Amino acid sequence: MHRAVGSDDGTGVVTAPAKPVIEIEKLNLVFQTPDAPVHALSDVDLTVNAGDFVSFIGPSGCGKTTLMRVIADLETPTGGHISVNGMTPREAREQRAYGYVFQAPALYPWRTVRKNVMLPLEIMGLDKAEQERRARDNLALVNLEGFEKKFPWQLSGGMQQRVSIARALSVEPDLLLMDEPFGALDEITRDHLNEQLLRLWDQTGKTVIFVTHSIPESVFLSSKIVVMSPRPGKIMDVIDCDLPRDRKLDIRETPEFLAIAHRVREGLRAGHSYDD
Amino acid sequence: MRGIPMMTEAVLPASSGGGWSRLYQGKTIPVLTVLLFLCAIWYAGAVYLNSSVLISGYERNNVEWDAGRLVSDAWAMERPILPAPHQIAEEINKTVFQKKITSKRSLVYHAWVTTSATLLGFAFGALLGIMLAVGIVHVQTLDRSLMPWVIASQTIPILAIAPMIIVVLGNMGLTGTIPKSIISMYLCFFPITIGMVKGLRSPDVLQLDLMRTYSASTAQVFWKLRVPASVPFLFASLKVAIAISLVGAIVGELPTGAVAGIGARLLAGSYYGQTIQIWSALIVASVLGMLLVFLVSVIERLVMKKMGYGT
Repeated sequence: MHRAVGSDDGTGVVTAPAKPVIEIEKLNLVFQTPDAPVHALSDVDLTVNAGDFVSFIGPSGCGKTTLMRVIADLETPTGGHISVNGMTPREAREQRAYGYVFQAPALYPWRTVRKNVMLPLEIMGLDKAEQERRARDNLALVNLEGFEKKFPWQLSGGMQQRVSIARALSVEPDLLLMDEPFGALDEITRDHLNEQLLRLWDQTGKTVIFVTHSIPESVFLSSKIVVMSPRPGKIMDVIDCDLPRDRKLDIRETPEFLAIAHRVREGLRAGHSYDD
Repeated sequence: MRGIPMMTEAVLPASSGGGWSRLYQGKTIPVLTVLLFLCAIWYAGAVYLNSSVLISGYERNNVEWDAGRLVSDAWAMERPILPAPHQIAEEINKTVFQKKITSKRSLVYHAWVTTSATLLGFAFGALLGIMLAVGIVHVQTLDRSLMPWVIASQTIPILAIAPMIIVVLGNMGLTGTIPKSIISMYLCFFPITIGMVKGLRSPDVLQLDLMRTYSASTAQVFWKLRVPASVPFLFASLKVAIAISLVGAIVGELPTGAVAGIGARLLAGSYYGQTIQIWSALIVASVLGMLLVFLVSVIERLVMKKMGYGT
């Protein structure tokens, strides 16, 4: 797996300015509902560079998931401009430019773990040997060797979510979109998976976009934090998070970490997001 | 006859529960209790219903009679209004186990004639039902234009339409098993269509979004998501459909004056007042229905196990 341009050199220092993967200008999205139009996204501007780990944080209804779904071409914006890898989101999706991890594992219950990971590969029409290889490698990456023949219901929630991460990775995308992937898990599992994810990002140099509503999680994982506020969904602040790339969980007690967390909290408060 | 699927489900061994508690908490004892209770009522009913014929016979022939004689006679008449269970059991024993199965008097032979029409009709019905469902799910025009007709088709009483189907097909040179199975199909495609439409539409937004992120084609979404997701729904409706299919085959035998089949036995029995023959044909028909539903359940269990659904 290659290193994206502009990702760090392993010392934790980000080098030259990177090539943008996602460029968003004046993006608007209005849902037409029976009662009244809902302004889900309002004049959103954002650039995500290759190798970034970007978190969208904000309270429920701030449009963070919607923004990610627009990037994935699961929603169509009603105004503004967006490009993914220099293409429209639709073209990017058709080229399978990203892997998407949903809030729930969304595993197909009639497929074994291995067959679930192979699902996108079957759709892409890869040959059988390559499918097997990628399934094996990516399951190993999320520490799930030996569970290939199990069905999803035989796995814990955390394991299921790891399968869904392996499935997204098996597409071998440079861009990974993760929509609150650990939201439904207990804190211990979550910490563990956060560490694993961070290591994965460090090893592969992928660009990751991560939706969360946990401040510590966003600070721990990200190289850039996008603070959003609801009604209408807009970006309040973009915070650079220049902690070293090989973070350990104890970093959460350091003053640097707490300072960034404080700034995120201030940003959320400025969006009046605690009003209701 | 419509009650067969429910009856059968009560009799089939349940997958829940197990081990030593099965006998205690299971269904064997309750089912036997109900059976005993029904037999008691049945014997009493046979005495009550048959007594008036017997009493007038005694009076006509000036025979001395008492309650004991009335009861034993009521349970041993040749053409009773309501035959006693043991008479039916005897008749079934005679026509099922004692006759060669190739004999025209063997109920096994008649049951097979009906079963072959049932299975053929069930196969046609499953095919038709699944094809309609696929069309309804994928083509919006069909969803709006076909569904009302599918529902309307089921509001026509089958007894009214069956003779016409037989006559029309007979004119086209089709007789025997085919017309009966067409009637079976007419009855049994409906639950399959309904179940299959629901099954093909059962994948949730998340599962569909996932396919979209892979830019899967409609055919890929169909084969890799919709079809496997519909399997539990399909089997639920197949169990209903195969029981209905049997009803269809029997109904199809009535207006043709068929010489073979459960329906023919029922008809012949009612022509000659052979109530014991009617009842035994009925019992055999319902046992046949249970066996067919059980067969589908066994296949269901195998398929579901292969697909990893539950334990």
